[in-house]
Amino acid sequence: MASLGELERAVMDLLWAGQEAATANTLRDMLAQSTAAHDGAAGHVGKDLAVTTVLTVLSRLEKKGLVERERGTRPHRYRAVSSREDHTAELMHEVLGSAPDREAVLARFIGSVTEGEAETLRKLLGHS
Amino acid sequence: MFWTSYFLAVLAIVLAWPVPILLSRAHWPARDPFTAMLLWQAIGLAGGLSMIGAMLVYGLEPIGDNLIAGLQALAGMVFQNAPTTALGFWHLFALSAAALLTAHLVFTLLLTYYKIERQRRRHRELLALLASPSTDGTGTVVINHDSPVAYCLPGGARSVTVLSDGLMAALEPAELRAVLIHENAHLNQRHHLLLWAFAAWRQALPWLPTTRLAQEAVNSLIEMLADDVALKTESKATLIKAIAIVASGSAVPQSAPTLGREGHGDSGLQLPEGAGGAEPASTTASRVSRLLSPRPPLPAVLRAGVLTVCLLLLAMPTALLIVPGLLG
Repeated sequence: MASLGELERAVMDLLWAGQEAATANTLRDMLAQSTAAHDGAAGHVGKDLAVTTVLTVLSRLEKKGLVERERGTRPHRYRAVSSREDHTAELMHEVLGSAPDREAVLARFIGSVTEGEAETLRKLLGHS
Repeated sequence: MFWTSYFLAVLAIVLAWPVPILLSRAHWPARDPFTAMLLWQAIGLAGGLSMIGAMLVYGLEPIGDNLIAGLQALAGMVFQNAPTTALGFWHLFALSAAALLTAHLVFTLLLTYYKIERQRRRHRELLALLASPSTDGTGTVVINHDSPVAYCLPGGARSVTVLSDGLMAALEPAELRAVLIHENAHLNQRHHLLLWAFAAWRQALPWLPTTRLAQEAVNSLIEMLADDVALKTESKATLIKAIAIVASGSAVPQSAPTLGREGHGDSGLQLPEGAGGAEPASTTASRVSRLLSPRPPLPAVLRAGVLTVCLLLLAMPTALLIVPGLLG
């Protein structure tokens, strides 16, 4: 049985790849298919997967602000709030931005560098 | 008891202003980052202790010969609703200020911890969806991004080191190893605890020069400590090259044009040194110049001297506050 974390990742991959919003049923079928395609080598995502489990995963993703539900339709259709690229960009912005309160959150190999320093370092590389 | 409070007040002022400014300009911390780190911690702790202690001792002066007797008398007044007439306005003011400052420091420490943890949790959640595990080892993930980026996100057993595609493409295997060892050193040496404490210290008292200088110094010193760990297994040239490649690929375009710097462009490999300009050299620049022109480690005598100062800084306010009570 796949962990909820693995399922969240698999569901997000499907929603990011697909253009349209999908219902929990559709997602369950797609998850089952992708497992069959991989011949089970990539774990047991989707095998014997209940729709309620997919709904649980979707509501967890909704709480994290990654997935939104279309109002008014039954059964509910889900879509990704923003694209994979946008999320990556947001994350990298957080990493590269130099807001003082963020400095304690993570430790970067290289902190903020000014253009002048970068130029000096490029020269250094050229000479070595 | 009166001279105690004056002495503590003087100590607090000296540790809040001249000492951190002198230390932040000194060159020896690059030669012995570990000792310098201890000294900054001692300055922070002793500074806070003497600040609160001075006000407490002053406020309790009329009702007790020492801190412990004074606190007992104060507790008696508070809990038995005894008249506080023995305490003048300024004594009550100092006592309230000491209580408020203590509460403020503790509260900010906890609040900063909560904020940092919340951001880290959110970051880990997104990484779990966006990044894929690396072949370089457990706890290392790769994220799909063109800029060369490497960082570690501390979180106990869930600590993770993140590398970008751009970084993997730009670095040779040995350089990549240097980066990974550097990041692991941050995690192994628990640098995030230092970052947390000094971030909270600055958040609590942003107008105090010592808190900003201390945070900047600590940010820089942990990088030097991690570099030193990387140097144990990888060559100096490899590390310098890794730093240079990552730094030159991740420069932040400045909003102001850097015309002033153009003239100095041809002067060779001179990296800005801390003493040169009004602005202290960035962490990256001081790291590289430290690797390019290494200076001998601090002589044992000096090192012992600094460590003694650390001990005295912590012992003096503590002893002044507690010992008279134990003797009396």
